[in-house]
Amino acid sequence: MKEKLVLVGNGMAGVRTLEELLKLAPDKYDITVFGAEPYGNYNRILLSPVLAGEKTIDQIMLNDKQWYADNGITLHCGKEITHIDRRNRKVVAADGTEAAYDYLLLGTGSNPFIIPVPGHDLPGVVTFRDIRDVDLMLDASSKHKHAVVIGGGLLGLEAANGLMLQGMNVTVVHIMDTLMERQLDKESGTMLRKSLEERGMNFYMPAQTVAITGEDRVRGVRFKDGSELYADIVVMAVGIRPNMELAKKSGIHCERGIVVNDTLQTYDPRVYAVGECVQHRGQAYGLVAPLFEQAKVCANHLAHLGYARYEGSVTSTKLKVTGIDLFSAGDFTGDDTTEEIVMKDAARGMYKKIVLKDNRIQGAVMYGDTVDGAWYFQLMRDGTDISAFRDALMFGESHLGDAGHGGQNKAASMSDSMEVCGCNGVCKGTIVKAITDKGLFTLDEVRAHTKASSSCGSCTGLVEQIMASVLGGGYSAAPKEKPLCKCTELTHETVRQTIRSKYFASVAEVMRELNWHTSDGCHSCRPALNYYLLCGWPGQYRDDPQSRFINERAHANIQKDGTYSVVPRMWGGLTTPNELRTIADVVDKFKIPTVKVTGGQRIDLLGVKKEDLPAVWADLNKGGMVSGHAYAKGLRTVKTCVGKEWCRFGTQDSTSMGVLLEKRTWGSWMPHKFKMAVSGCPRNCAEATIKDFGVVAVESGWELHVGGNGGVKIRATDLLCKVTTDAEVEEYCYAFIQFYREDAYYLERTAPWIERVGLEYVKKRVVEDAEGRKVLAQRFLDSQQYAQIDPWQDRASHDVEKHEFIPLKKVG
Amino acid sequence: MTDWIEVGVLEDIPCLGARVVRTAVGDIAVFRTAGDEVFALRDACPHKGGPLSQGIVHGKRVTCPLHNWVLELGDGSALAPDVGCTPYYPVKIENGVISLSLQPQSAL
Ligand SMILES: Cc1cc2nc3c(=O)[nH]c(=O)nc-3n(C[C@H](O)[C@H](O)[C@H](O)COP(=O)(O)OP(=O)(O)OC[C@H]3O[C@@H](n4cnc5c(N)ncnc54)[C@H](O)[C@@H]3O)c2cc1C
Ligand code: HEM
Ligand code: SF4
Ligand code: FES
Repeated sequence: MKEKLVLVGNGMAGVRTLEELLKLAPDKYDITVFGAEPYGNYNRILLSPVLAGEKTIDQIMLNDKQWYADNGITLHCGKEITHIDRRNRKVVAADGTEAAYDYLLLGTGSNPFIIPVPGHDLPGVVTFRDIRDVDLMLDASSKHKHAVVIGGGLLGLEAANGLMLQGMNVTVVHIMDTLMERQLDKESGTMLRKSLEERGMNFYMPAQTVAITGEDRVRGVRFKDGSELYADIVVMAVGIRPNMELAKKSGIHCERGIVVNDTLQTYDPRVYAVGECVQHRGQAYGLVAPLFEQAKVCANHLAHLGYARYEGSVTSTKLKVTGIDLFSAGDFTGDDTTEEIVMKDAARGMYKKIVLKDNRIQGAVMYGDTVDGAWYFQLMRDGTDISAFRDALMFGESHLGDAGHGGQNKAASMSDSMEVCGCNGVCKGTIVKAITDKGLFTLDEVRAHTKASSSCGSCTGLVEQIMASVLGGGYSAAPKEKPLCKCTELTHETVRQTIRSKYFASVAEVMRELNWHTSDGCHSCRPALNYYLLCGWPGQYRDDPQSRFINERAHANIQKDGTYSVVPRMWGGLTTPNELRTIADVVDKFKIPTVKVTGGQRIDLLGVKKEDLPAVWADLNKGGMVSGHAYAKGLRTVKTCVGKEWCRFGTQDSTSMGVLLEKRTWGSWMPHKFKMAVSGCPRNCAEATIKDFGVVAVESGWELHVGGNGGVKIRATDLLCKVTTDAEVEEYCYAFIQFYREDAYYLERTAPWIERVGLEYVKKRVVEDAEGRKVLAQRFLDSQQYAQIDPWQDRASHDVEKHEFIPLKKVG
Repeated sequence: MTDWIEVGVLEDIPCLGARVVRTAVGDIAVFRTAGDEVFALRDACPHKGGPLSQGIVHGKRVTCPLHNWVLELGDGSALAPDVGCTPYYPVKIENGVISLSLQPQSAL
């Protein structure tokens, strides 16, 4: 017999919990759902666009009744639970329907607060919470002219905007003198009021409502100072209260909401609660992003996995009024321990304020130009020290060298046909449509459904903005601590440390001991684990070819037609007649269609058939050439310039230095590809300042640069230090590489790694700590003795992995 | 009646790996899972024809090496949200000997 789970409240948080639960444990429970509303589950936050006539009810349905049927869930629509019998573990609905439970999940949401003034119950007084309210308002707007909205917060303004677009004359009444005072400061609140006024909205504030007048239906609203406004309908949008009556009545401990712990469990261990009805660590939430985090954690415990924890959320807000861009997050009021950076351009309707404490963002308010909202929010949640780019902070992320994308970072002004993701050719319209049609809330979901931002990731900010503009504050920003992949909750950091501290010796052991959700991982985690093990136990760990991406398994780069490319090493970009002759002969013999000089100063043979690879390698080996590892997450090339030996500007022998470094470092596996270059003088013809490790000769020695790359997001290197001798260049180079190998996450290049950990951190280990540097460099050289084995020769002459290159059988 | 063709023994295929069977009508990828089950799919991804035999095998699925679509080994269908499927071929193992039927089947 399966255990029984009953959900009370067919809303956004409750149903999301079920979805998460079904992912983790699809067959664990017999599930029954009670919902007071007569519908399936819908996207409440899109009621505003429905009221504004921008969407229909059908478009905001998240789970129709078929979904419940498909998942074997019993749905009781339109039945309100009025009693929980905790002793006998069952719930009872108003119409007498009963359901027994082993576990009970409460997701009763919240109730709109109604100011208890005389007349509050007159026909024509409505709230803004569900489909019924929207229907009432739409009906009123077709018959009447004058609407008063009480409440100048997010909800009130969205209601007012909707009614205005339905043709009503709308006045917003607010008790404070600033709109949305909990999200906006005076300055931005005033700007918001001005632009809403320009659209035709009226404001009456500050004003305290004392009565709603009328006999058989609403006629007007009266205020404390005796003044009155005429009204055909009055919308009360003055706040919400967690809906905890049911829980309270059944003796479950409640304060301002149903009190839960970090596992979303109430004081009754059989009863869990999620959503707006909940009070967690003294805090109740009214936005979906935190509720979805709760849902995830709650599902983890309902599935009896028992390791997730909810520790509260930081939230941000956006107003969903088409054409108005406003963003607010965190604490933006500040005090005498904080600093403010403010930028205002009233003519352009633009205002930005960032509140800093100890060089970390505490809060932000933006009006008019919210392009960087997601970025500030991320910096705030991560607690990033912004001192390094404080001067450019106000101008946004696009001013931090995100070359090429800066100009068009403005989601709101983009037309539907404009391309957002260049890698996968995804337009804005496609993303918006997927978000609304498929009911997507997280970046991961948008990635999975549209492929936008799933390749190079440079459009992530833009996609997040589009999500924010469609969903308001409702979208879930990417979690701060990303799990390694979908097979585990653990981060790269934790997995890696545990491998070392527990002496795990194989991919299978890691997965078993750390409770992987899948039997043998996936294409993301297996290569990562294989690398961590390889880097952690050099010489001991036996590489697992099946955990490597095909390029590293076949030691060649797969091409779009399934053939491969072969790039032999040319040390420091030097070659000889013999090598060139060997290459020419190989090309003729195997009829290789394309020969190209690469950007890394060597020669690429393209279009080689897989079966030919071992023979091609054998011939190249005979000519003295070895694998160039052009396919590897590891050392690729060392570019050099001609240097002092020939060049009239040269100050050092850059070519020989490059050859030396390449001879010492080839073959090493790293978190990602690694490129080096050595230039003979600051003219820098070898382009050393966009390499992972770049060396530039000067009269007095060498400058060492780190963390550069070309590609989508060009980053120039940071200067690590200056050294005088060749031996020092070597030592720093090896130490830097080893530190990167041991510290960076798999698939993290040096540029994002350094941006994540900070240059100071790298300098501390590689420059300031002379002893530590020697140890790192030595550890690198030690591990190299196991790594510097030419994989081509192994396969061409010693039959290593032979099965990889020949068909199992030929039929017909 | 199915015509079975012997293609090799279990040990010919690396665990969590794949080998290719060449046929007149195109390549067939033969996969072996961690639990020593064997599956066969046409060696062409429904996305852009990527060689599935070169992908990473995990569970009863394979990830295409070109753009990371994930396909079910059992019936060649793509994992949501991607949509598509590639033909699969019936496989049997007797005494460790693997045989294929060359009659392509489709999940659609
Ligand atoms: C107009 C509007 C716009 C919004 N805009 C945003 C936005 O832009 N961004 C954002 O993040 N959030 C927004 N929100 C808030 C967001 O919708 C809520 O935070 C979210 O829906 C709360 O989810 P929940 O599951 O806790 O409650 P709900 O979604 O309200 O679900 C609770 C359900 O439980 C039912 N129920 C209650 N008691 C019982 C009972 N005893 N028996 C059976 N059923 C019961 C209720 O009828 C209801 O259907 C908006 C809300 C509204 C109303
Ligand atoms: C500042 C002014 C520069 C001067 C005076 C200069 C000078 C030279 C000279 C004299 C050479 C020829 C060496 C030789 O083969 O005899 C050379 C080569 C080269 N330069 Fe520059 N250069 C300059 C800037 C650049 C820049 C900015 C780049 C690229 C970003 C660049 C890229 C190259 C390359 C790729 C080579 C070939 C290197 C080689 O043959 O190994 N140069 N440069
Ligand atoms: S970097 Fe300097 S030494 Fe090297 S080729 Fe350019 S000008 Fe000559
Ligand atoms: S060809 Fe297989 S994923 Fe693109």
